Amino acid sequence: MLVIKVSEFIKNVKRDLNDPQLRENFRGAMDYLMDKRQAAFTDVDEWATLKEQCKRIKQRCLLKLPHLLEQLEENLQRNGIEVHWAETTEQANEIIAKLIAKEHGKSVVKGKSMVSEEVALNDHLEQQGVECLETDMGEYIVQLAKEHPSHIIMPAIHQNKSQIGKLFVQHIDGFDYSSDVDTLIKAGRNVLRDKFCQADVGVTGVNFAVAETGTLCLVENEGNGRMCSTVPDLHIAITGIEKVIEKLDDVPPLLSLLTRSATGQAISTYFNMITHPRQPGEKDGPKAVHLVLLDNGRSQAFADEELRQTLQCIRCGACMNHCPVYTRIGGHAYGTVYPGPIGKIATPHMLGLEATNELPSASSLCGACEEVCPVGIPIPKLLLRLRKESVKPRADMPQTVKGQGGGRKPVEALIWQLWALVHKSPWLYRWSTKLLTRLSWLMPKNLGPWTTARTAPKPAAKTLHELIGENEKQGKRK
Amino acid sequence: MENSVNIRQYPHKPAQVYLYGTCLVDSFYPQSGLDAIELLTKQDIEVIYPQGQTCCGQPAYNSGYQDQAKAVALHQIKQFELDIPIVVISGSCGGMMRHHYPALLADEPGIQAFCDRIYEFSEFLVHVLNIQLFDSGNKERVALHTSCAARREMGAHETSKKLLEQLSNVELVEHQYESECCGFGGTFAVKHGDISVAMVEDKTKHLLAEDTVRYISGDWGCMMNIDGALAHQKQPLRGEHIASFLLDRSVGDKGE
Repeated sequence: MLVIKVSEFIKNVKRDLNDPQLRENFRGAMDYLMDKRQAAFTDVDEWATLKEQCKRIKQRCLLKLPHLLEQLEENLQRNGIEVHWAETTEQANEIIAKLIAKEHGKSVVKGKSMVSEEVALNDHLEQQGVECLETDMGEYIVQLAKEHPSHIIMPAIHQNKSQIGKLFVQHIDGFDYSSDVDTLIKAGRNVLRDKFCQADVGVTGVNFAVAETGTLCLVENEGNGRMCSTVPDLHIAITGIEKVIEKLDDVPPLLSLLTRSATGQAISTYFNMITHPRQPGEKDGPKAVHLVLLDNGRSQAFADEELRQTLQCIRCGACMNHCPVYTRIGGHAYGTVYPGPIGKIATPHMLGLEATNELPSASSLCGACEEVCPVGIPIPKLLLRLRKESVKPRADMPQTVKGQGGGRKPVEALIWQLWALVHKSPWLYRWSTKLLTRLSWLMPKNLGPWTTARTAPKPAAKTLHELIGENEKQGKRK
Repeated sequence: MENSVNIRQYPHKPAQVYLYGTCLVDSFYPQSGLDAIELLTKQDIEVIYPQGQTCCGQPAYNSGYQDQAKAVALHQIKQFELDIPIVVISGSCGGMMRHHYPALLADEPGIQAFCDRIYEFSEFLVHVLNIQLFDSGNKERVALHTSCAARREMGAHETSKKLLEQLSNVELVEHQYESECCGFGGTFAVKHGDISVAMVEDKTKHLLAEDTVRYISGDWGCMMNIDGALAHQKQPLRGEHIASFLLDRSVGDKGE
């Protein structure tokens, strides 16, 4: 497995920017997704109204988060679904491994779940001798290629169809090369079909966990989520604590915005509502259902009113589709499970700012992400906040984000102090800008990263301050 | 059109305004400041340029040094004491002063009243002055690049287009990915130079594809980035500040 580290972000970026095929794959795919989304929101007022409604739903649910989580647990248990709490990724893996071991499970089929990626469940289970097979087509491709998802909705979006054709030739017995999408999907599905019937355990994610009824909602397009959650005897769902919502009535608006924002679909092909395991007299369905609720830094974001907005996310991926940075560097360069704008604001809570300090600054703050976010997360504002936390002195209190000060460089801090000194003193400012214009011939031609692809800007002969001052003097003389 | 700009009540045409020149224009592109003043003066408005103004504080603010940004921002608001509009010839600095000062200077009395006096240049011409432009220039095709803050915080893409549409001999062409960021982003361009370069190279490619002599923008931050890349590529295309362009067209082609 290729390991890409977030701490090597700068290096990863350089590598992926220089891969023209990768650049083309992302640009093409993001253009397609942006067009799809735009076609799904033609009524501006409807979009604005629904966005406001969904933002409020998520904010209301977050405000009541501890209470809703208790209510969810109570109702799920009443329905016969067992609930497990994991503070860390290790705990989540242990819980799931134990549940599988108890049933002597040897093989797992997985529906698409970013939280299972977050805890690196496949790696952990494989170490325990349990085979884990991804059944979402994109995830399946990524697993065959020994990679990680490069997008939270479209895991294999970094590969084009001919690359996938070659991959299938290597890994699927009897597959003759083709780059025809239908042929590729059919070949993949043939492999997966048998695996669903043979697997001991199904693992899925959850899009919305409804506290009022104890219902787990799962949004998907391929039917693999339904297979994973109904065919094997044991179904284990895993999700983050922020996915709890208060009531069933909250689902329709959120679902509508989720599918339209993600892929431009009015609704996904499948929408599963899982409320209990197989009941006496029923012929199918899992005999046992478990839900693992993961914290992994979410409660740190929750504790701060501003940063809490991070948890409003419904994982639609629209922010990455519209991000000019993501479009160019792709999803792997981030070295994080969640790439793109949402990854930049969510990952520091999971991994700390020491490891992730390059992420919040890797944005031009253009605001495209906030514009399309269906739940109104002010992503640029949260990036600014994380930049602030990243350059704060390490010892300053209160410590809101772990790894505070992880991006602080003493020289940079000093430069900004001097900058402030100059720019709050009109005299010093005028003196230094005058100096800059008079000594422009001294200005170096090489300005580091700026001049790798640009010429250096030339200071004017005189500043606007001076020119206006001179004009005013002349005016008075007249 | 998705727009986060709040609906705004515009005042009647004032007798006086302040001009906020921005630090970039001050040291690198002062002609744009002079042109903006001349254009406003032609509309019978007295323009006051406080000599104490420096920088809006955005560079430090965007780098996470909010205390330093705050000190500099506080100094700016003290330079504009009269209760008259403050016209900013950059959407990005305008967005900073109008939309980010309220949170940055939350404990400063009267801060909202100050922010309510901030107008981006094209916004001011269209909505406050209801300006009627006369085009005395030759036929020309131009492209427009609107900075992200100007677009998303100040709605300047709409007002800039309205101004250019008033010019009878000017044909505005839309370049591919017009709404996409040029990759400047202040210190981002230096901290994440590789990404920034990838973005500006795409922007220049799309602008060049329109085959115009100049492109128009209301932000010298973007233009410093785009022009720098164009010059590096030895391309003749250059940006022109919308204030200079409008003045140029209304007094006849300077080249004639």
